[in-house]
Amino acid sequence: MSVPHAKLPAWAEYGLIPLVNLAVAFLISGLVVLIVGESPLEAAYHMINGAFGRGEYIGFTLYYTTPFIFTGLAGAVAFHCGLFNIGGEGQAYVGGIGVALACLAFDRTLPWYLVFPIAIAGAAFFGALWALIPGWLQARRGSHIVITTIMFNFIAASLMNYLLNKVFKPLGSMSLETRTFDTGGQLPKLDWLMSIFGLSVGSAPFNISFLLALLAAFGVWVLIWRTKLGYEMRTMGHSPAAARYAGIKESRIIIITMMISGGLAGMMALNPIMGEQFRMQLDFVQGAGFVGIAVALMGRSHPAGIIPAALLFGMLYQGGAEISFEMPSISRDMIVIIQGLVILFAGALEHMFRPAITRIVLGLSPKARDVAATKGA
Amino acid sequence: MEFFQVFIELAQSTVRVSTPLILAALAGLFTERAGVFDIGLEGKMLGAAFAAGSVAYITQSVYMGLLAAVLVSVLLSLVHGYASITQRGSQIGSGVAINFVVAGSTVILGEAWFRQGGRTPALSADGRFGTIKLPFADALREVPFLGPFYSGLLSGHSPLTYLAFLMVPVSWWILYRTRFGLRLRAVGENPGAVDTAGISVIWLRYRAVICCGILCGVAGAYLSLAANAGFTKGMTAGKGYIALAALIFAKWRPKNILFACLLFGFLDAFAIRYQGYAFPLIGKVPVQLMQALPYILTVILLAGFIGKAIPPKAGGVPYVKER
Repeated sequence: MSVPHAKLPAWAEYGLIPLVNLAVAFLISGLVVLIVGESPLEAAYHMINGAFGRGEYIGFTLYYTTPFIFTGLAGAVAFHCGLFNIGGEGQAYVGGIGVALACLAFDRTLPWYLVFPIAIAGAAFFGALWALIPGWLQARRGSHIVITTIMFNFIAASLMNYLLNKVFKPLGSMSLETRTFDTGGQLPKLDWLMSIFGLSVGSAPFNISFLLALLAAFGVWVLIWRTKLGYEMRTMGHSPAAARYAGIKESRIIIITMMISGGLAGMMALNPIMGEQFRMQLDFVQGAGFVGIAVALMGRSHPAGIIPAALLFGMLYQGGAEISFEMPSISRDMIVIIQGLVILFAGALEHMFRPAITRIVLGLSPKARDVAATKGA
Repeated sequence: MEFFQVFIELAQSTVRVSTPLILAALAGLFTERAGVFDIGLEGKMLGAAFAAGSVAYITQSVYMGLLAAVLVSVLLSLVHGYASITQRGSQIGSGVAINFVVAGSTVILGEAWFRQGGRTPALSADGRFGTIKLPFADALREVPFLGPFYSGLLSGHSPLTYLAFLMVPVSWWILYRTRFGLRLRAVGENPGAVDTAGISVIWLRYRAVICCGILCGVAGAYLSLAANAGFTKGMTAGKGYIALAALIFAKWRPKNILFACLLFGFLDAFAIRYQGYAFPLIGKVPVQLMQALPYILTVILLAGFIGKAIPPKAGGVPYVKER
């Protein structure tokens, strides 16, 4: 396939274009705020202040960022292999089973640093399991991954509702949740990390799973760009025909990719279950699986892009809560709109501004024009 | 006799629950047969339901409500069309985005305009679709067997329900017996060939997307103007996805869509009626299993264990005229 547009220098490709797309998404969100009859500038102030104004706010922002790193990485790993995994939501939900089982079994006997690895393994296992079936169906039976993962989100919701009702709920309890874990099932907060910067974490549930998320991001970078498996995945994503010709086993790669993707999504469950609530509740995922799609799209499926994109959404969640507190007519549903607009402009309409930006950038710098002449269309 | 009565009641609620599914699945049929995947059915229905609820309340006219629903839904379809046809962007991404934007903005705008926690105010009789009583429905009610069937099941539905069932043969006729339909299906299988014949692939796909918008609009209007008296937050509750499942389950064919939607509607109606009921031999069936059954059935079908669902060949692939 020919390159539809001239090649841009890296700063424009990975910096300018995502920024312009993001700016348009925010401008339109500002319009919605105007329609509601509030000031977009005031909303922006409350958002930034609510997300970064105090140590505690930063702690909350980073707490919300953590699951988005996991689900963003989950989306990215699948994207690299040419798979669109919309099932992150369901995989994260089912991943919760692993965390809950580990905590319920060991929270009274083992310290948290021993329960944590078991919970990580459990979350990854159950998340991977929930992605394995759609992956297998895609690889062996040719059923479309997008449709099966959507279906599996709904099946997961029903399954978890049933399990919480019939299995995890303690006797005599009315609310759909497990019992509260003892100290073994509670992750320590990262107050020491915050205090290095002279900030206090306050009541924010900013916990050690954030560090695990950063580690996972590094792991994904190594996997995709520094291993044979990652190379095979990228080959599959670029050209399934080329991959087949090179002797790469298509169905094996699809299944493995989906399991890694699902495992990453499942690990998201550690943050709310072991990090904040100390129990598994109904709907604890809260849409993080879907946000992961936006994060992966914005971050261009690269861990170095995913972490800032996840931080952006973490800021939206925490700052959005602050806006709805200060400006009651703008509820937290505003975040859902912004999220949708970001997916629209950074994902589906990714190339809308590219011709214009290419013209401007190449017009401005003669050096970039030379690069385009040698590498370009 | 009691069994027969129960059957009629179940069938009646099946028809009610299936109506929006049929409309939305037919909507999906038009775009997907033209090669544009659409997972934004849910969002379009929700947006249409909100528009219908708000406009019908403000104007006190059910037809203005229906018109607003169709307009909003077509507009959203055009956004999807622009992203996936003109900009050749990710069709999945665009669909997901539309679902999100609508889910958020219906609540924000509803709260700003009506201040009822994301609902639109309850509609009076003028603002809603009433039910149509077929001729002689009352007179025939006492006739054994035929009476309940005619007066209980066939009569007494909203006009949109009759429209939905009518749209099944109409859609079949449009897709299989008109030139437009032939070209629409061709563009979903082999757009290159259609282009070679001198027909605009882009314009054809846009028309398919508009057809989808109209039908989704009616489906949304049904929810807020006929099934309920006004819009409530997130009222589609996954119906767009069930419709999508039905569309696939029906292997992208109009007649099958009718049966798939009736089946999924029946499962829903059955689950509501027999919640916590202990069946002979199997005992209590968890309500969650009944809720998940449409999705499980679709997955099994997609896996090729009951027949094979083969999507339109060019589905999801943007058309590039020249390389």
